[in-house]
Amino acid sequence: MMPEGRAREPVLRVRGVDKRYAAPVLTRVDFDLREGEVHAVMGANGAGKSTLTRIICGLTAPDRGTMTLAGDRYAPRTRRDAQRSGVQLVMQELNLVPTLSVAENLFLTDLPSRFGFVSSARLLAKAKAALSVVGLSELDPRLTVGRLGIGHQQLVAVASALAHPCRVLVLDEPTAALTDSDIELAFARLRALRAAGTAILYISHRLEEIQRIADRITVLRDGRVVATRPAAGVSLDDMVQLMVGERALEALDQREHARGEVALRVEALSRGRRVRNVAFDVRRGEIFGLAGLVGSGRTETLRAIFGADRPQRGRVSRGAGPPLRIRGPQDAVRAGIGMVPEDRKEAILHSQPVRVNMTLAVLRAFARARWWIDRTGEVRAAADLRTRLDVRSRSLDQPAGELSGGNQQKVVIARWLLRDCGVLLFDEPTRGIDVSAKIAVYRVLNELAAAGKALVVVSSELPELMALCDRIGVMSGGRLVATFARGQWSQETIVAAAFSEYAGRRDNTRGSH
Amino acid sequence: MRKLPATPRVAEYVGMLAVLVLLVALFSGLSGHFFSRITFTTLANQIPALTVIAVGMTLVLIVAGIDLSVGSVMALGAAVLAVARVEWQLPLPLAILLCLSAGLLAGVGNGFITVRWAIPSFIVTLGMLEIARGGAYVVTESRSVFVGAAMDAVGMPLPAIGVSPAFICAVLIVVAGQVLLSRTILGRHMVAIGTNPEAVRLSGIDPRPVIVTVFALSGLLSGVAGVFHVAYLESADPNAGIGLELSAIAAVVIGGTSLMGGRGSVVSSFLGVLIIAVLQTGLAQIGATEPTKRIVTGAVIVAAVILDAYRRTLRDRRQIES
Repeated sequence: MMPEGRAREPVLRVRGVDKRYAAPVLTRVDFDLREGEVHAVMGANGAGKSTLTRIICGLTAPDRGTMTLAGDRYAPRTRRDAQRSGVQLVMQELNLVPTLSVAENLFLTDLPSRFGFVSSARLLAKAKAALSVVGLSELDPRLTVGRLGIGHQQLVAVASALAHPCRVLVLDEPTAALTDSDIELAFARLRALRAAGTAILYISHRLEEIQRIADRITVLRDGRVVATRPAAGVSLDDMVQLMVGERALEALDQREHARGEVALRVEALSRGRRVRNVAFDVRRGEIFGLAGLVGSGRTETLRAIFGADRPQRGRVSRGAGPPLRIRGPQDAVRAGIGMVPEDRKEAILHSQPVRVNMTLAVLRAFARARWWIDRTGEVRAAADLRTRLDVRSRSLDQPAGELSGGNQQKVVIARWLLRDCGVLLFDEPTRGIDVSAKIAVYRVLNELAAAGKALVVVSSELPELMALCDRIGVMSGGRLVATFARGQWSQETIVAAAFSEYAGRRDNTRGSH
Repeated sequence: MRKLPATPRVAEYVGMLAVLVLLVALFSGLSGHFFSRITFTTLANQIPALTVIAVGMTLVLIVAGIDLSVGSVMALGAAVLAVARVEWQLPLPLAILLCLSAGLLAGVGNGFITVRWAIPSFIVTLGMLEIARGGAYVVTESRSVFVGAAMDAVGMPLPAIGVSPAFICAVLIVVAGQVLLSRTILGRHMVAIGTNPEAVRLSGIDPRPVIVTVFALSGLLSGVAGVFHVAYLESADPNAGIGLELSAIAAVVIGGTSLMGGRGSVVSSFLGVLIIAVLQTGLAQIGATEPTKRIVTGAVIVAAVILDAYRRTLRDRRQIES
């Protein structure tokens, strides 16, 4: 997918960049970004891609080395410097103000004003134009950002970057929250930008995406560039090998698909428009996937089962047991149901040590005389989990907020391993985490199923679900419209089911049984 | 096997102890009378009420709440105690029990209303501030109630050591508060709620009873402060404790507790109380006027918080380097 004919000058040149904190993070990194190309920077966590990105965007200064932008010396000292030079960043961690409107977020740094007052009419018009660029022309710019789903928030962030002069666009995990259809939209837009000559630096953990969108890839490992080459002809496994240094995907084996008795039974569960009469069973040792578009009700279904939002109707029971009375998560947890939420920010105590995060749900288990924390037991359990899940932290006392996304996710999962829940609900467990952490999460999910747990996994990555699950249910418009057993599904049938409730309203009586 | 983390790290207190020693040295240099037993025992006997209120306030701030009603609730408790003893002629233990119950009730009210209707505690306790003050006026019919020597056993200095049982009691409450915070499940839950209440809820812990408990404790401790107050002054004044909430918040914040919740230490708050008390007494002894005292105290509060922020970044940097 090389754009045709254009003379592609390196618009951004990085030469011999070193950066070290305690240990070297980047060593003699050379990197070129050409006009009109999508250049993916890849690497496992700690490989140095975020540091490189931060340097390019003016958030960190390199220890040594030089950069040029369009031939001129480029040494931004702040993000504003970089922005003024036309280097725009869209971060994985959304940089939006949730309480402000979409329009205000788009033009936060330069609100159109008249005599010092914000000019709403002009703001709205500009916002509408900016949103249409990312295909959100139907979105009302007056909505508060905090009320949008994460997928839409991500697109608003992209729109915000594009609304300013943009020579180099840096995208850090831009599609982490998007579903396939949204990604198509985003890619179409990226291709248009590329054709217009924008240089795009693209960071993603989704290798399939990189294969589809990137013209060239640069792979970092341990702070060094191990390869820069055209993306065409690099296979997924090649990429993993370059990043990890070994063939890891092949090592991810299929598990025995033994099934036990029903562990979780959901009947006629309903809540608002997003959860309509959903019913399914999950057996011990089974991984049940929930596929669907963003907004199809997958997250809401998990939250209703867990009591994070109270369902209006329906029953949840553990196996053949009586219906549970779930008034809140505390009741679900008591019944042996755990949930890893979609947004890690909802699960992590940022400023608290890893140890405290791991034992949060199970402090009672370390109680002496009901009140006192058994510190020795707590530390031992946390240390075990840290080893078992390979959590990369300086110590058990490091604040969890300092860990990478993948390691934070492991900490949240650890919480439920300690609790020893029979049913575990995972909402996008590998979203925004790097390839080695993903493999670790898959391994844990497999182990849990093998240990007889019943798992429900929501994911927007179909290949992931198809590799992991015994059965996949597809949600569309708040309904569970289809359930496929292993071997009976294909990407096409699942996608078709996911769109079924949105394509024409005639045939929406298909219930879920 | 790695070393267990020590609970209240001594290093955490070194900075504040240094400030305290510095202040004492400063005033000893400026005034010949300052460095004496009598100064310190007088000081110790003045602070029990503020100390126990600061303990409660620390816990409230840690769950990301605030309790503005403490001063009024103390006055209400003191009023109930004095009236029960003097006018209703109830035995002292019963009168004290009534006083504590009044505080506890106000605290439970604060907590319950805060969680039941999800109202910011700033608003709820602002309301309680007025209600309790009004209650104190009603109970005392807007007059000071003289109690006399009935409670000297609590408020008078013990001849052997010079400090009152109230002070000893307050120090024990500080210790208990710190133990509650750093050693118990309830304390851990408080810190977690102050950090991220949604994460706590999604971990299967209902944050609401914890928050009610914290406000109840703050109310109860305000009641205890009422007892100390009556014992110290030998009377109950319905206007007592006006602005006390701000002194308590100042002490707690000097101690490095975050107004945003999730971080704090009861012992540090006590050191904050001591710093404010030394400052007040010292300034009085060197003959500073009331306006000067207020300006200096205010400056010290802000400086302490800046120092704390600075120390924190230094420590973070050291951790990153290591």
